[in-house]
Amino acid sequence: MESVDLIYKAIYILVIFGITLLIATYSTYFERKIAAFIQDRVGPNRAGPAGLLQPLADAGKLFFKEDFIPAKSNKALFILGPGIAMLVATMSSAVIPFGDMLMVDGREIWLQAIEVNIGVLYVFGVVSLGVYGLMIGGWASNNKFSLLGAIRAASQNISYELAMGLSLIAVLMMTGSLSLREIAEQQAGFNWNIWYQPLGFVIFLICAFAETNRTPFDLPESEAELIGGYHTEYGSMKLGMYLFAEYINIFVASAVMATLYFGAYNFPFMENLRAAISDPVVANNVVTLVGVAAMFAKIFLFIFFFMWVRWTLPRFRYDQLMKLGWNILIPLAILNILLTGGGIMLKDYLF
Amino acid sequence: MEPLSNRSKKVAQKDMTFTERMYLPAVVQGLTITLKHFFKKKATIQYPEQTRERSSVWRGLHVLKRDEQGAERCTACGLCAVACPAEAITMTAGERKKGEEGLYREEKYAVTYEVNMLRCIFCGLCEEACPKAAIFLQDDKIAPARFERDEFIYGKDRLVEPLKTTETK
Ligand code: SF4
Ligand code: SF4
Repeated sequence: MESVDLIYKAIYILVIFGITLLIATYSTYFERKIAAFIQDRVGPNRAGPAGLLQPLADAGKLFFKEDFIPAKSNKALFILGPGIAMLVATMSSAVIPFGDMLMVDGREIWLQAIEVNIGVLYVFGVVSLGVYGLMIGGWASNNKFSLLGAIRAASQNISYELAMGLSLIAVLMMTGSLSLREIAEQQAGFNWNIWYQPLGFVIFLICAFAETNRTPFDLPESEAELIGGYHTEYGSMKLGMYLFAEYINIFVASAVMATLYFGAYNFPFMENLRAAISDPVVANNVVTLVGVAAMFAKIFLFIFFFMWVRWTLPRFRYDQLMKLGWNILIPLAILNILLTGGGIMLKDYLF
Repeated sequence: MEPLSNRSKKVAQKDMTFTERMYLPAVVQGLTITLKHFFKKKATIQYPEQTRERSSVWRGLHVLKRDEQGAERCTACGLCAVACPAEAITMTAGERKKGEEGLYREEKYAVTYEVNMLRCIFCGLCEEACPKAAIFLQDDKIAPARFERDEFIYGKDRLVEPLKTTETK
């Protein structure tokens, strides 16, 4: 690889990292705003214009709080927990194609940090590592509630990963590829996977809620029963890291859903737009940039949806959660695989 | 067991129908409700800049009135303190000296007059008890939050109506 490429990759990765952190920061702000709006309030509006500096004030507050470590805790692991949660959360956005290809000076620049041909597996591998952060933190706190929260997090993630993976298989059967870029490319224009996989998408969506520990599946940190679950003993910026990791996970889950089901950076009439501009390089760049905007619009819609659901639905009971995961979602996902297989066979037979 | 009366009702848990058990319709219904609220007018009053409109009979901070000549009306009879259910009012009486007729309306007047705003329940009984129409609860002022308890004991300096307003009226 040339050094120019390396520099470009470094810059790109930094930009994506920055955007991820920025989105996570402002998710906290929008979470409160959306919560407030749904409850007929106006939300934070004192720090800066329309309260836009609120996340900075929160971060400042968290940094200046006492960094407390409980006496009987396992200190090394106690510090490691939030670190792992954060590291793993930021890692997973590496393979997501945020845009197509830009042409600059005759050089092709792909708007994706790393293209691996097993992108989907990478995302799932990394995301499922995230539960280690919760487990380690909850266990190291040496607190019953933390431990309960950690155990819940682990068992919930394992249960829902199964259904998630199964619903994903149906998509992979259709696309025949594990590479996120290829999956994105196959959904050109308005040919999105959601039209072929509505059931799979609903299953995936429900599982995504469970994987990111969001209401109605936020049992690992249910305030009412567990005081805060795995982060009961955490304060200061370590707590901040956990919360931050949660928001980054939401961002990544939204990006993955947008890529897998909602056509990633593709938008309707993109070929018409490409044809309308005579210069092919300019046409390509314009389409790509609009595509990036489309991708982020989709991601923001999903993030909004996550928050919208949080302020609508109450929390599940733990046995209901397990029942939903094992008794309903997994059979449905398998049914979806069968239906997809049948559909593919039928298509081959008819055409 | 034989029921004592035939008023008891048989209750049974209804089985949920298939659509109810799918939950998703109910979830969508809930989401539309919250989305409606998202666009609704907000109930928030931006407090320091805006204040809630108070009713005309609102009972707020006390004021010790002056008469038309600007003399204090209170004669330290103590009826307000007796009437007060929260025992928030204390006072010491004094005799009016010669030459103070412009300051105090009656021969006996309140040298100190204190209302403890932490005790007061703003019931307004003091204003009803007063034979001299000296004490009133204002409808546009409240006792604001403070850092020290002492600051909640309002003396005459903060209770007596300022002279200026009587002059202009
Ligand atoms: S308003 Fe009621 S409680 Fe307050 S001082 Fe008057 S009588 Fe006492
Ligand atoms: S305020 Fe009225 S009731 Fe109270 S001591 Fe003065 S004159 Fe008497």
